[in-house]
Amino acid sequence: MELQAVLMAAGGGSRMTDLTYNTPKAMLPVGNKPLMWYPLNLLERMGFEEVIVITTKEVQKMMSTDPKMKLDVKMKLDVVCIQEDGDMGTADALRHIQQKIKTDILVVSCDLITDVALHEVVDLFRAHNATLAMLMSKAHEFTETVPGQKGKKKTAEQRDFVGVDQSGKRLLFMANEADLEDGLSIRKSIMRKHPRMHIKTGLVDAHLYCLKKAVVDFLADNKSISSIRGELVPYLVRKQFSKTTNCPKIKDDAEDQNQKKNDGSTNHGHSSCLSFSLDRSCWNDHRGDMSEAYHGGKLRCYVHIMDEGPCYRVNTLAAYIEANRLAPKLFEEVPVHPSAVISERCQMGSDSYIGAMCQIADKTSIKRSTIGNSTTVKEKVKVANSIIMHGVTIEEGCNIQGSVICSNAVIGRGADLKYCLVGNGQQIEPEGKDHWHEHTP
Amino acid sequence: TDVIIESSVGYFTEGPERKDDIVKAKQEGKELTKEEKQRLRKEKKQQKKSKEKKDDKPSRDSEKEKKPASAASPAPQTPTQPPAQKAPSAAPAPVPVPASETPSAADKPAKSKAELKAERRARQEAERASKGKKGDVGPQAAPGKPKAPPSELQPVVKRLPEHVQVDNPEVLKKLAKKLERQQIPLRSDYGYKVSLFSHLHQYSRKAPLTQQLGIPSTVIHPAIVRLGLQYSQGIVAGSNARSVALLHAFKQVIRDYTTPPNEELSRDLVNRLKPYISFLNQCRPLSASMGNAIKYIKKEISNIPSQCKEEEAKRKLLNCIDCYINEKIVLAAKAIAKYSIEKISDGDVILVYGCSSLVNHILCEAFEKNRKFRVIVVDSRPRLEGREALRRLVQKGINCTYVLISAVSYILPEVSKVFLGAHALLANGYVMSRVGTSQIALVAKAFNVPVLVCCETYKFCERVQTDSFVSNELDDPDDLIVTRTGTTQLEHWQEVPSLGLLNLVYDVTPPDFVDLVITDLGMIPCTSVPVVLRVKNVDQ
Repeated sequence: MELQAVLMAAGGGSRMTDLTYNTPKAMLPVGNKPLMWYPLNLLERMGFEEVIVITTKEVQKMMSTDPKMKLDVKMKLDVVCIQEDGDMGTADALRHIQQKIKTDILVVSCDLITDVALHEVVDLFRAHNATLAMLMSKAHEFTETVPGQKGKKKTAEQRDFVGVDQSGKRLLFMANEADLEDGLSIRKSIMRKHPRMHIKTGLVDAHLYCLKKAVVDFLADNKSISSIRGELVPYLVRKQFSKTTNCPKIKDDAEDQNQKKNDGSTNHGHSSCLSFSLDRSCWNDHRGDMSEAYHGGKLRCYVHIMDEGPCYRVNTLAAYIEANRLAPKLFEEVPVHPSAVISERCQMGSDSYIGAMCQIADKTSIKRSTIGNSTTVKEKVKVANSIIMHGVTIEEGCNIQGSVICSNAVIGRGADLKYCLVGNGQQIEPEGKDHWHEHTP
Repeated sequence: TDVIIESSVGYFTEGPERKDDIVKAKQEGKELTKEEKQRLRKEKKQQKKSKEKKDDKPSRDSEKEKKPASAASPAPQTPTQPPAQKAPSAAPAPVPVPASETPSAADKPAKSKAELKAERRARQEAERASKGKKGDVGPQAAPGKPKAPPSELQPVVKRLPEHVQVDNPEVLKKLAKKLERQQIPLRSDYGYKVSLFSHLHQYSRKAPLTQQLGIPSTVIHPAIVRLGLQYSQGIVAGSNARSVALLHAFKQVIRDYTTPPNEELSRDLVNRLKPYISFLNQCRPLSASMGNAIKYIKKEISNIPSQCKEEEAKRKLLNCIDCYINEKIVLAAKAIAKYSIEKISDGDVILVYGCSSLVNHILCEAFEKNRKFRVIVVDSRPRLEGREALRRLVQKGINCTYVLISAVSYILPEVSKVFLGAHALLANGYVMSRVGTSQIALVAKAFNVPVLVCCETYKFCERVQTDSFVSNELDDPDDLIVTRTGTTQLEHWQEVPSLGLLNLVYDVTPPDFVDLVITDLGMIPCTSVPVVLRVKNVDQ
């Protein structure tokens, strides 16, 4: 087997607590499908037959009852539950499942919505015998107004600096602004080997990583690393250029183990064979200096940067709204679920998506919105640019614009909501006028 | 009635007299005259031919026979002649029978032993002659029927696998069916192909074959997928490197192989390898050295006795592969270096082209043995492999000069020897190597500079080629549009209808330009390649 897929679905959604208050992030509805359906669909389309899903008990329960998950996902899901409260980082989770891992792995986060051609990332991993290959994308501007935020909030988020070489594939440098106290400093050894470096900001890390099995074994020995993105990846990127005494530690360990075992593991002496052939090959990844291909380094990190095409990480409210807008179009979702009951005098825009078993009454207008399963919309309701989750009841005469209504909420008669966020099971009193940019958790 | 089937040129038929003569001659047991023998031969040949192609193309056959017959018989044909010709099968042994019939009518008891002996002799001679004549019929028939394709003359012509025919839709369909059976995706051609090379594949590096494969590749072993990617991206390039990488990948495949129940390792493993080889061929056409290596492995696998246990068989195979690499590549390189160093004298100026792992090895060894020489590295676009050769030589400490191939006639007066690497050595003595090699050999010949080709014997190939068109490789045409500064003016070259980009990889050098071939068996002239091949076949 070449690659094992691991889906990290235990995240709490710390940057959108309003939404994840009652629903775990992995099961948030996006385009009337649970969020984790999207990466699973990506893996399935690519040809994976088995996925190890690391998640919490709550999500596992919800997964077993969700119809979409049961019907659409044909792969075999090996669910591993971890503690909910956990300070378990993604790397800790990998350490937890170390026994299950037999080959190189592909780690995907549950909040990734993309249609990338995965072979671009995996080809880098295969062709260059890389230790790490990851996916990044040019960030898209979020155009929708986020409910609950008055005015355009200038996100003072810490920027990520990513340095790539001239070809744009080899990852040379990765650091977050928070870690750089007094400016960006780049080691001379890196500059000597790669004199031309492109430093990019404004890239979205898709949290999709191809890792060698040796890295998982390395994690088992180094219990101090707890997050893949936060600690492991910068560590690997730095280690590419460290002195040879420390650098090949990861690979050498793996090779020693394999030589002792002498079984049919795929990495048995592979790097030595590769160097034997590369010695005779007339190829070099760089030119201008006297060193051989890859500068003789054994550890290599590669990145594929997507120029176009959707790639979203749904970890903030703004991203969630954007995803709801675009994901259904991506996957050619049927606008109206066959079991929904929609009266004839309902004006439905082409951009709207109605979930299963909804009841939409007369004289309603639904434009550019997503309405979840089992929702009831009574007469004379105007819904525009909104996301309505499952089991919501909207009484007559409401006017909802640009809002997010979470599951099982009840919007009383004649309420007027603009850019509001209504939490789970909340009730908006009837005739509540002029709710504007409000947050009701 | 005169029954004269045909007569040779200049032979004057006179009817019954002549026949009597023949009969008399037979009765006397005398040797038939030359013309008579020829006549007999031709008739026998006709009969044989008609028997062979009774079903196939009777009209064609009769045509064929008619033609040489008509070419050979200016004499007037009797009415019995055409029917006799048209249905030769219906007239067995036309001459002797009528010949014997008429006299036999006259002197039946005269059909003695001598007559029978003569008939037998005539038949034997005719058979012998017809075997030789068969070759003659071919060229005789050919001018008469220039449109007849060769496959119809020889009903079983196997198309050699090197005969890529991309412009023939039937061949493509067959290939597509074969790949479908092996569950390997078909790689589509890219861009406009120059018409002279439209029978070859042209792929784009931006559309790798892995696009159409599932990601955790289950059909094809991951080591092979990795190898295919490395081939198509050019990471593993060069005849030796590709062969070594192939053998290592096969070692991995063998290690991970388990015999399914009710199957024999010797047969099943070979069948397992076939789709892998198709896959690699799709990624990048196989080289001659790879072909030989694959033949060797297949032979070794087939020779595994069925009683052999799986573990032991695998161990044996891995050992064989290691031996092959060691003998044919590593030790061969050492032997070639030893012979070459004799040819390098102090004060030499050696010209090399591109990056040949063997030539680099030789020069490094010679430098270590303290020969004083300097090297001129000739390079060419778009691969610019000479830079890699330059790097390796300069790293050793060798004094090097670097020129592009356009300056080769400028630099040649300084050169004392030319060392060239080879991709394959063909059976007629031609050297197949990187495109540009034949040009260098030609210019060197014009300047009277000796050209030495270094090649291991495992790269000797049974193919025969005299030009670079029939069998070659087309690389990605987009490599040509990138210039030194990285700008691409010709980015939209596909939109210009009259523009075609050609990126050839190989060319063949005739043996007249090569003075010596240095192999691990010694230093041989180019024309001795078939001898080496024959000896190799005998050994195996």
